[in-house]
Amino acid sequence: MNRIKKKNFVNLFNLADLNLKELGLMEIPEKELYKLSIHQISNLLRSKEVSVVEVVRSVLDRIEEIDSLINGYITINKQKSIARAQELDHILADSSVDFKKNLSLLGIPIAIKDNICTQGMKTTCASQILSNFVSPYNATVVRKLLDQGAIIIGKTNLDEFAMGSSTETSHFGCTRNPWNVNHTPGGSSGGSTSIIAADEAVCALGSDTGGSIRQPASFCGVVGLKPTYGRVSRFGLVAFASSLDQIGPIAKDVTDCSLLMKVISGYDPCDSTSVNRPVPDYEEYLINDVKGIKIGIPQEYFEEGLDKEVEEKIRQAISLFQNLGAQIEEVSLPHTEYAIATYYILATAEASSNLARYDGVRYGFREDQFTDLIDMYEKTKQHGFGAEVKRRIMLGTYSLSSGYYDAYYLKAQKVRTLIKQDFEEAFQKFDVLLTPTAPIPAFKIGEKINDPLQMYLLDIYTLSANLAGIPALSIPCGFSHEGLPIGLQLLAGHFQEEKVLRVAYTFEQNTEYHKKLPKLP
Amino acid sequence: MKITTKEVEYVAKLARLKLTEQEKELFTQQLDSILDYMGKLSELDTEKVPPTFHVLPLKNVMREDEVKDSHLQKEMMSNAPERDDNFFSVPKIID
Repeated sequence: MNRIKKKNFVNLFNLADLNLKELGLMEIPEKELYKLSIHQISNLLRSKEVSVVEVVRSVLDRIEEIDSLINGYITINKQKSIARAQELDHILADSSVDFKKNLSLLGIPIAIKDNICTQGMKTTCASQILSNFVSPYNATVVRKLLDQGAIIIGKTNLDEFAMGSSTETSHFGCTRNPWNVNHTPGGSSGGSTSIIAADEAVCALGSDTGGSIRQPASFCGVVGLKPTYGRVSRFGLVAFASSLDQIGPIAKDVTDCSLLMKVISGYDPCDSTSVNRPVPDYEEYLINDVKGIKIGIPQEYFEEGLDKEVEEKIRQAISLFQNLGAQIEEVSLPHTEYAIATYYILATAEASSNLARYDGVRYGFREDQFTDLIDMYEKTKQHGFGAEVKRRIMLGTYSLSSGYYDAYYLKAQKVRTLIKQDFEEAFQKFDVLLTPTAPIPAFKIGEKINDPLQMYLLDIYTLSANLAGIPALSIPCGFSHEGLPIGLQLLAGHFQEEKVLRVAYTFEQNTEYHKKLPKLP
Repeated sequence: MKITTKEVEYVAKLARLKLTEQEKELFTQQLDSILDYMGKLSELDTEKVPPTFHVLPLKNVMREDEVKDSHLQKEMMSNAPERDDNFFSVPKIID
């Protein structure tokens, strides 16, 4: 089929101001709509240059074309998405609807990480134990997206129960990195970040417990934001570590990221840890200017273990900000080296408690050969969970068990206070902190999966934001000599998402990294 | 050694996990090196540091005790591995 670039297509309309359909030219050429961002598609839809059905078909075709290579999706919501697109086209035709106020995501195909509940669809957490689980209700974030006219195009792959940094622990096979399919996409939201890099959805949601949005965003060259703990409702997010989990947007650019944040943020009576405070209009903070903004560079994030190429790209970004008028200064976060130990004690303790519910009684997989109730529990878990999940349940159960609680769990909660205080001090002086998102670019599939501790150590730069509950964003800032993306992380104080968005937006407006696309068939 | 195979068996029992002999051996080795790494925290004096169980200063969150219909019984029950009408079925517990 003939392919006409979107730009030419739009020009054709603009120049001739004609409607091809009315002229009897029914066959509209296949357009590469799937490559566009939320704000670009919204403009085309509202000026009636394209229909929602065309957008959805374009994305579904792209998925069909490329996902057998990437394996980013667990479920594709094909039929229902087309039906919903047809309904939305009717709404779009109604001129009385004020799209500025309502339906800000009308017709936008969004992918949802498969640990977030979507009514009537499977939510598997990439685990055998939930492989047949159908969500009885929508997560609050999903309801909010649907209320704004978004289309849930599918559910994305992840490390089993979001436990991993490579999307290799999925029961449904690992996801591949679109920049080099022999490399992992990072994790645990590797499905969501891969499909955005490969243009298999316009935007996506992920979840971030220790870096699970930011690290794969960095590996796949997309934008990902972990909001402040309590900014976004966790109702309907399958719990991993409840004091650390947060849902956040994964997008092609910072503008899309802010549009999604505006929709998903806010208080929810169904999540008592969500915070009742007004949601800013994040779009208003998309300002291309960092003059006078104080950016702190934590020196502990540039020590041993940081890849030379990653460091070089981060240093270049710092220089750019300096040239743009930001005030740059070094800062110390002295407890950084304790973040990994603290995190893996707390996250596994919470996980061991949260995952106790998968016993084969009320939902999910149940082992069918057993002698009694206890045997049923034990065999269900034995066959339902993968190795990494079992390892974390063991670790968490151990640190919570009698005799070890004080030495591990309580100790870690105290060190968490010290880590949090480091940030509080830093943010008295700085607007944002700038660090690498991950110490290395994407590693090869199979390279680290057999050494869990080595895998944990890679989370060094992302864990602290979860322990302190602060917002943090990853944005592309360059490529390695192998052509793999490198990410830059921006952190701010509690509920200061607008600061990271503004600084990230300025970076994006003054660089070209987000425009580069992976070479795919 | 931070952890022995015997302790791994005990923790597995607490977690209601059945492990194969191979898993027991592997987990003993892996948990040992992870726990050894976590011993790093003992370098810090935290005697006077309060724990942070929660990052935001939230107190108990209350709401009105209102009766609402959630209409979800059918959907909830449809995920049951085994059911008897509107009850979850489990193997016999009491003789």
